[in-house]
Amino acid sequence: MQQIISLLLENKTGALMRVTGLLTARGYNIDSLTVARTLDPELSRMTIAVDVEPHQRRQLIKHMNKLINVLQATDLTDAPSVTREMLLMRVRSAQETRTAILKEAEIFGVRVVDSTLEGFALEATGDIEKLDEFIDIMRSYGEIEVTRGGAVAVSLESKKLRLSPPVPRGAEETRLEEKNGVI
Amino acid sequence: MSQLMSGSKILLECLAREGVDTIFGYPGGVTIPFYDAMLDSPIQHVLVRHEQNAAFAAQGYVRSTGKVGVCCATSGPGATNLVTGLVDAMMDSIPIVAITGQVPTKLIGSDAFQEADTFGITRSATKHNYLVKNINELPAVIHEAFYIANSGRPGPVLVDITKDVFQGNAHYVPVTSIHLPGYKVYTEGHTGQIRRAAQMMLEAERPMVYAGGGVVLSNSSDELRELVELVDAPCVTTVMGLGALAADHPNFISMPGMHGSYAANMAMYGTDLIIALGVRFDDRVTGRLNSFAPHARVIHVDIDPAEIGKNRNADLPIVGDLKRVMPKLSAVLAELKPGIGERTGLKAWWKQVRAWMDEHPLRKPVTSPDEIKPQHLMAEIDRLTNGEAIVTSDVGQHQMWSAQLIRFNKPRLWINSGGLGSMGFGLPAALGAQYANPDKLVIAICGDGGFQMSLPELATLQNYGLNVKVIIMNNGYLGMVRQWQELFYANRLSQVTLDSFPDVEKLAGAYGFKGRTIEHPRDLRDALKEAFDTPGPYLLNVRVTPTENVFPMVPAGGAINEMVLAPPQPAMAR
Ligand SMILES: Cc1ncc(C[n+]2csc(CCOP(=O)(O)OP(=O)(O)O)c2C)c(N)n1
Ligand SMILES: [Mg+2]
Repeated sequence: MQQIISLLLENKTGALMRVTGLLTARGYNIDSLTVARTLDPELSRMTIAVDVEPHQRRQLIKHMNKLINVLQATDLTDAPSVTREMLLMRVRSAQETRTAILKEAEIFGVRVVDSTLEGFALEATGDIEKLDEFIDIMRSYGEIEVTRGGAVAVSLESKKLRLSPPVPRGAEETRLEEKNGVI
Repeated sequence: MSQLMSGSKILLECLAREGVDTIFGYPGGVTIPFYDAMLDSPIQHVLVRHEQNAAFAAQGYVRSTGKVGVCCATSGPGATNLVTGLVDAMMDSIPIVAITGQVPTKLIGSDAFQEADTFGITRSATKHNYLVKNINELPAVIHEAFYIANSGRPGPVLVDITKDVFQGNAHYVPVTSIHLPGYKVYTEGHTGQIRRAAQMMLEAERPMVYAGGGVVLSNSSDELRELVELVDAPCVTTVMGLGALAADHPNFISMPGMHGSYAANMAMYGTDLIIALGVRFDDRVTGRLNSFAPHARVIHVDIDPAEIGKNRNADLPIVGDLKRVMPKLSAVLAELKPGIGERTGLKAWWKQVRAWMDEHPLRKPVTSPDEIKPQHLMAEIDRLTNGEAIVTSDVGQHQMWSAQLIRFNKPRLWINSGGLGSMGFGLPAALGAQYANPDKLVIAICGDGGFQMSLPELATLQNYGLNVKVIIMNNGYLGMVRQWQELFYANRLSQVTLDSFPDVEKLAGAYGFKGRTIEHPRDLRDALKEAFDTPGPYLLNVRVTPTENVFPMVPAGGAINEMVLAPPQPAMAR
């Protein structure tokens, strides 16, 4: 079953590799992965959609939390959260179906970002199933080309709300003398 | 107040501030500037003969002392040669810091001479790794590396440093704090959970302590003994935990698992409460998971939250450092114990456990009038060392017989590759342990197979005058593989015969020290004494019964209460 994982991690070389490495080492195939800077440029937010057996899920989150570059890994699969995806689509349409396509786009709340004699470029956002549905419908109008952006998710639990900067600084600075007394 | 210093010097300065006195390593093109700076540093360098052995020797140093070990290799082949040693340290949670050289920053990605993607290759071989391309980052990275290696669940950390960083100059400002926002270590343990755990321990009728490498790593053997005595439970230690409770302690009932004692496995099967301390319910311990300890509830204490519930569900998890948690448990136990009164169930349990121990004692003499039995060899080593020597081993039958038959009365004496099972570990690990403990008797028990994987290190022993006593348990076979082929593949032996073993007298002689081969039981005791008493390294080749098998044995995937206790009797013998 698909698991949605939200990660807050340091924006550092290799951090992405550590996360994906954890998944590939266990033979998991990543359905989608999105990552971008947070308001704090030193941190990134990553959303991963991956197929994991239910009994392995907790274990996976624990392992992600163990990664030195990961500040927080959260399983959003069953938690109160919103998951959205964006897609860009080109659809080729004959003259007589143009209006119908525009009507469908309107129903799904999809924006037209380009229009030519051959057809349209469309921009859609929504939950993943809704986008699947939209793709199915547009297929019936002819040739399409789709680029999906991958799931992005946010937790709705109030205690997980992370303001800018997301993590208080200073508190977890580790004084070297405390740890081994050599300095 | 800062000083212009080379990257190499800055690195040495940071190492010194971390208390490093020894580096096990091997130089190469890109690390020459570092080795040049080393000439002016008080830090010692031990030149091993293969980088894999630099990592193993560093492990021997760590495992025998508890200090962080350092190894060093050049870029490309040097770094790739380290990998087995790193994974080995990862599996057994051994804190080492590995320094590798990398090609100059501007050549990275160009397939430059001796370039390898060390950062990528060692990602899964380490607890964490770094690639340093900017000299200004070097000091913080080094201190982070040591902190990560030696805190929480320890492990190896690799720092890959480009040649231009070694050669460059920067104003060195000592680092006084490090910033690792994503690194969390839980040490204290949850007070409520600790109380509940203590209550469970005193209420159990058939409690049992299952202690492992975590006790050794956290230096908490004294705390373990106190807890075991308060609960008065039988205690097993894993192959990584041997010595965590003294072998001579009355509550010690040896090692559980595939080649564990009958009593240990039967007790694990029959217990109603497993008190798991710094263990990971490894498949070599549990056998078939769904028939492992079927009647037991589990208290699991570990510093790594990911270990809890990984293989066996924990009824009561405690995440914390054993050094901090066990005394708290003991305090609650001492407080609650008077109110508990006579524990009749426990008495019956002990009677049962003692009966199992008497039924099939692990340490019963196995000898022959004309052959040296492997068990006889280990029993003699045990007799002569009396639980006090540092013993390292390779991987195979000799390792299991050593673990079964040699007593260890203190932690950090028994040093073996438990998790990865790397052949060739014994000799270089002994080298590192002897370097760190010049006054101790250090014995490397090697298989005739494993020995030949690390044989070049004999030169290092001689070179540094290291008193390691190398004892080869020579059965002429890759014995453990042969045992499986005999038992599970109709004795169809495939590629397990080791012919052409060298004459060890000549071999050791060629390096400049003494070697000897024995094959008769009458020579065994004297030969061991001679080896232990002769100053300097010694190579003793002991020819043993070639086809002896290790028992008890839980076949892979079997249930632990279904041990094979002795060789199946051949039909002809009846
Ligand atoms: C590097 C490595 N290669 C292969 C193995 C698989 N293996 C496990 S035990 C063993 C036999 C070891 O033979 P030897 O060193 O003679 O020890 P013995 O079992 O005979 O005591 C082998 C090949 C291993 N553990 N490590
Ligand atoms: Mg052998």
